[in-house]
Amino acid sequence: MSGGVDSAVAAARIAEAGHDVTGVHLALSSNPRSYRTGARGCCTLEDARDARRAADVIGIPFYVWDMAERFHRDVVEDFVSEYAAGRTPNPCLRCNEKIKFEAVLDRALALGFDAVATGHHARLAGGVLRRSVDEAKDQSYVLGVLTREQLSHAIFPLGDSTKAEVRAEAGRRGLTVADKPDSHDICFIADGDTRAFLADRLGASEGPIVDALTGQVVGTHQGAYGFTIGQRKGLRIDRPATDGRPRYVLSVEPVSNTVTVGPRTSLEVRDIVGERPVWNGPAGEPYEPIACSVQLRAHGEVYGCRAQLSGGELHIALDRPAAGVAAGQGAVLYEGDAVIGSATIASAV
Amino acid sequence: MGTAYLDHASTTPMLPEAIEAMTAQLRQVGNPSSLHAAGRRARRVVEESRETIACALGARPSEVVFTAGGTEADNLAVKGLFWARRRPRVLLSAVEHHAVLDPAHWLADHHGAVVELLEVDDRGRVHPETLRAAIERDPGDVALVSVMWANNEVGTVQPVRVLAAIAHEHGIPFHTDAVQAVGQLPVSFAESGVDAMTVSGHKVGGPIGVGALLLARGVDPVPVLHGGGQERDIRSGTLDAPAIAGFAAAVEAAVKHQDATAERLTALRDDLIERVRRVVPDVILNGDPDNRLPGNAHFSFPGCEGDALLMLLDAKGVECSTGSACSAGVAQPSHVLLAMGQDGARARGSLRFSFGHTSTEEDVDRVADVIPHVVERARRAGLT
Repeated sequence: MSGGVDSAVAAARIAEAGHDVTGVHLALSSNPRSYRTGARGCCTLEDARDARRAADVIGIPFYVWDMAERFHRDVVEDFVSEYAAGRTPNPCLRCNEKIKFEAVLDRALALGFDAVATGHHARLAGGVLRRSVDEAKDQSYVLGVLTREQLSHAIFPLGDSTKAEVRAEAGRRGLTVADKPDSHDICFIADGDTRAFLADRLGASEGPIVDALTGQVVGTHQGAYGFTIGQRKGLRIDRPATDGRPRYVLSVEPVSNTVTVGPRTSLEVRDIVGERPVWNGPAGEPYEPIACSVQLRAHGEVYGCRAQLSGGELHIALDRPAAGVAAGQGAVLYEGDAVIGSATIASAV
Repeated sequence: MGTAYLDHASTTPMLPEAIEAMTAQLRQVGNPSSLHAAGRRARRVVEESRETIACALGARPSEVVFTAGGTEADNLAVKGLFWARRRPRVLLSAVEHHAVLDPAHWLADHHGAVVELLEVDDRGRVHPETLRAAIERDPGDVALVSVMWANNEVGTVQPVRVLAAIAHEHGIPFHTDAVQAVGQLPVSFAESGVDAMTVSGHKVGGPIGVGALLLARGVDPVPVLHGGGQERDIRSGTLDAPAIAGFAAAVEAAVKHQDATAERLTALRDDLIERVRRVVPDVILNGDPDNRLPGNAHFSFPGCEGDALLMLLDAKGVECSTGSACSAGVAQPSHVLLAMGQDGARARGSLRFSFGHTSTEEDVDRVADVIPHVVERARRAGLT
């Protein structure tokens, strides 16, 4: 229970359904004040109080579990090292994989619980993960990394409701968090300034910005880790491109600390290789290519594709080109609205 | 299915005589500082309560300063004596309650105090030589000494009388937090020789939100709360006559039955220790096996986390405590256990069961029934 409206209503629903429910708030920072910025995050002292109050109203026991060390190691440090390696991680996805449905789930199972329920907007029935009926709030993408085993111990009570319905229900149930703003951004970066957060941890190191078409150095930057493939803003290139078109980040090379830029057309890719594949849907593993669709970032566009597992990698051939596909993001495969598998994007051409 | 409430050290149910005394006063009007008849009536209740408490605790009525609880009394003693004495060193046992430690650390951060924590042994006891050595490094520089009568977590009883005598050799005021001791141990303010002593209402069967600092004649801390000067100009705030009446009734009853209570709680406690040891052979009893509060059993369960044990026991209707301080609900390893030389893992795997006037043999049965399963579960979850 983060202290937000979704997990509060989720807890209320399963308690009402007759489950023996215990509310758990995760303390994700050993110094809760350090993450404190009003209602932005999900791990402030105020959020812990809101979660406790919601549990009181629902009438379930409530405990705070200290996951600060695990969170720091598996999410925050991973986030920093992924950027340092020139990739663009999704920490929410990693948090679900390593914290909520690994550290928390393992502990819960050991203590005698059967499942972990969360306020994610996604449906789960018969072991199949599906998109929420509220497409705008759908979170199946950040759950797509979960294994069948993890999903077998997960409950998502909100998937059949829209966010508006959840808020209204919170109000009816007397949960004071009904009007609390949605959390956005990355919870452990209090001010939302990811580049400054990374600079603090990785240090500044000047390197070239190279134009892919001409091979010329067209600017400098203070650390390649600050850039994401597809990024256009904040490049501060000091001369116009030869073709007169805007420049986008095409690649980030941490070893040489080089950022390569080019026209939008150079961003387009059709073939994606994913590592650490997870096959968690109803269908068998696709050692022969199958037709399905893929989502390449949170709330991103969905592309038709053919996907195939081979050599421990997931190969995805898109039906039409996609731009701004960044290594480190999740590629989540769907059949209709059902998740069938996922992988971490390793490369795209 | 009822519950086994074994957390009397955090708060104990109100005694019937305290409820009666308090509710009788709740129906009355009158500010004890008012001069009219209603005020005089309320004043009489307060003064009779003061006399009752003084009599029960071996003090003079004029030595009783009412406060809004133990924390306020501790703050008044530590800050007030520090300010009154105008000397830097504050000597505290390393196992004090946060209501003593935190004001001292705050004085260090904001008022130039130098806080020195007196070491304890592995049973949690302050040795008289430790205090003597600390004082004698510079006796003229010590503002006050504070060592609790009995520890709230592990129940260890301190040699308060001996320690106070050492402080007095150098004319240094000695404060003791006796919140856990009253009603369980014989407590006499005069005989102990201490200069200041904290007592709390709700730990002895009185209401929450009332307490007292007993202050020997001539010991005058600088006030923490300024205002009407109701209590000897040392403590301001309208006196809470109903709560004070309930507090006095509870102290009187608790002290009157202290002998019998101690005997009964010791028997329950020893039975619990024996039965837990029987079913969890590697359990460790923390604190002093002999000099401990009758109602206190404090264990470490190797390989378990105290929070997990507490949650599982709560689900089985056993209410106890990890005895550790919380910030945002995240348990830190207990400073008491760390001061006793325990490692972090053992400190985190600890649990306090504390008995009180409503405890019965059925409570012990309940713990003995559920503890093997609970420990096994918690062990599986491990130390995360």
